[in-house]
Amino acid sequence: MHRIVEKKQLADTITLLKVEAPLVIREARAGQFVIVRLDEFAERIPLTICDADKARGTITLIIQQAGRSTKDLCALKAGNSIQDILGPLGNPTEIEKCGTVVITGGGVGAAELYTAAKALKENGNKVIAIIGARNKDLIILEDEFKAVADEVLITTDDGSYGMKGLVTDALKKIIAGQTVNRIICCGPIPMMKAVTGTARPYNIPTIVSLNAILLDATGMCATCRCTIEGKVRFSCVDGPEFDGYKVDFDELMVRNNRFLEEEKRALET
Amino acid sequence: MKDFKEVSLGFTEEEAVREAQRCIACKKKPCCNGCPVEIDIPEFIRLVARKDYKGAIRKIKEKNNLPAVCGRVCPQETQCEALCVLIGKGKGGPVAIGALERFVADWEIEHSPHPSLSPVGGEGKGEGAAKVAVVGSGPAGLTAAADLAKYGYQVTLFESLSASGGVLRYGIPEFRLPRAILDRETGYIESLGVEIKCNILIGRTVTLSGLFEDGYKAIFLGTGAGLPYFLGIPGESLNGVYSANEFLTRVNLMHAYEFPKYKTPVKIGERVAVVGAGNTAMDCVRVAKRLGAQDAIIVYRRGEPEAPARRAEIEHAKEEGIEFRFLTAPIKIEGNEKGEVKSMTCLKMELGEPDASGRRRPIPIRGSEYEMPVDTVIIAVGQGPNPLIAHTTKELAVDDKSGELKIDENCMTSMKGVFAGGDITTGEGTVIAAMGAGKKAAAAMDSYLKGA
Repeated sequence: MHRIVEKKQLADTITLLKVEAPLVIREARAGQFVIVRLDEFAERIPLTICDADKARGTITLIIQQAGRSTKDLCALKAGNSIQDILGPLGNPTEIEKCGTVVITGGGVGAAELYTAAKALKENGNKVIAIIGARNKDLIILEDEFKAVADEVLITTDDGSYGMKGLVTDALKKIIAGQTVNRIICCGPIPMMKAVTGTARPYNIPTIVSLNAILLDATGMCATCRCTIEGKVRFSCVDGPEFDGYKVDFDELMVRNNRFLEEEKRALET
Repeated sequence: MKDFKEVSLGFTEEEAVREAQRCIACKKKPCCNGCPVEIDIPEFIRLVARKDYKGAIRKIKEKNNLPAVCGRVCPQETQCEALCVLIGKGKGGPVAIGALERFVADWEIEHSPHPSLSPVGGEGKGEGAAKVAVVGSGPAGLTAAADLAKYGYQVTLFESLSASGGVLRYGIPEFRLPRAILDRETGYIESLGVEIKCNILIGRTVTLSGLFEDGYKAIFLGTGAGLPYFLGIPGESLNGVYSANEFLTRVNLMHAYEFPKYKTPVKIGERVAVVGAGNTAMDCVRVAKRLGAQDAIIVYRRGEPEAPARRAEIEHAKEEGIEFRFLTAPIKIEGNEKGEVKSMTCLKMELGEPDASGRRRPIPIRGSEYEMPVDTVIIAVGQGPNPLIAHTTKELAVDDKSGELKIDENCMTSMKGVFAGGDITTGEGTVIAAMGAGKKAAAAMDSYLKGA
């Protein structure tokens, strides 16, 4: 059992949990995730390790309410427990000195890039973070990113905060003004597709962190299979990060909708 | 056919004793040569004939740590029973060794509140005993762990899923191996002193060198064949195409058949095609039927005699109304505008000369292409060794072609003190073959640790 030591509401539908998971911390690196199963009846769902506190033996998970399982997790309080946490899983983000890196996070995707931003900065990179969301309430971790990045740009679809527009609008501006050596991106699939499209004419290496549906998450079930440069790859063990130019985003979008009806039914129970 | 209750009924006591009395206690004991874990078969049968069931289970457990599992899923008809001297004209057929094993194991479950212990004893008992790690709690790992505990070591068994058993848990359905039986068997392994730790993925949560740092003196890898193969035909990424592993894991491990009480979904529609004709394919198709598929169909490119599944499994499937399309090979899967499976196009085949596997090679019949409407396709054409441990441990030598871990004659991998056995070293095999490999590796580890 994994006790929740702290809970913070980052937005109406976005919750931060600090959870005891001392075993996960030992090998955890930026970009890796855990599989969480709240109780016997719950689904196994993937959550990025947003931060790790070695001294307290806790990891930080940031959860956006979407379906039944995330809703149940968001309803937990400090002192409650999560039955199973497995990880760290997936390949870590490649952290090396490459110059200027633009971190592009859409919605809760920003949370998944925080440790990478921190590590890239520590490795001597110039780090520019773009955090985008539908509106001001859904912008998360602004202060945290400001503490580690050289520059932080906020975009909102409705203009309620920061620049009105999409993350790609901010990205275009940055690219126009300076050399960008790498882009790392996490968020909704259409956004990752758009960011990759924006970067393509400039040939800037663009890494995307995919959010396929997972089950065992150890490479055994292939439910997370996606097409990368025409080849089948498993997001859980071959990813979750891939070269954005090679990802078949349209297929992933269709695949991620395959249990929509069931997700609705589960929410009603 | 809607429930997941066990299908095969076991012997009554009377039937068991009568069957045991058929054994003529022949001198050569050929049956023993057919048993990968070397059970003294005639001796346990003699004890059954004398109604000494406690003695019989002790005799089996000297060698076999999972008798209630083996009594159900072992292919005895091609192993011990295939060598019985009672095969032949007018002799009544081989002694039903598998059914007797199951009877004895079930008798123990019914009559003894705690699993009986039959440690074989060995060196290094007690507090100062060396710590050893076993990775993967499938048949190979459970067997290695049990034997290592019996040798006297402090054994920790690591499992990445939330419950132990490996393929016995996520792969084999309730109606073939009830969960209560499996829980009892893993409980027995724990009673031998094995500590089972779930939700730990060795290679990621802790590396192999991390295990050595933590004081483990030797490691057994029994991580199995967990890499699902696909056909490589167009349409396999459509919604409604599952690997057998995904389909079975959703149902068996995550209880998708009790959705939405259990939150993991599975969706099958009305017509389900399962590609392949091994035991896993039979499990999938019978599960699909139980989940409510109107038509659950096996599609297999060779003929019925070539099907790798056990005869009994094919017969059960037929009794349950499963349709078989032999000599039929899928060539593509088509989807609708929502990206969901709507049909599978197949070619009819005929059999030519035997191929490398010794089975007659299927050859497409020209112009035989036809489309079969289906909502779900489950690919059950086998799986390769799980690549994760090799992927995360560069020191482990792997066969380039098969992906199997390389081991020497003492079951040791290219990494000192790291042993391996079961499907991870051989490719997909039977439960009992993996158990045999776990047993052999445990003995090799004992020799290694004594020499160290």
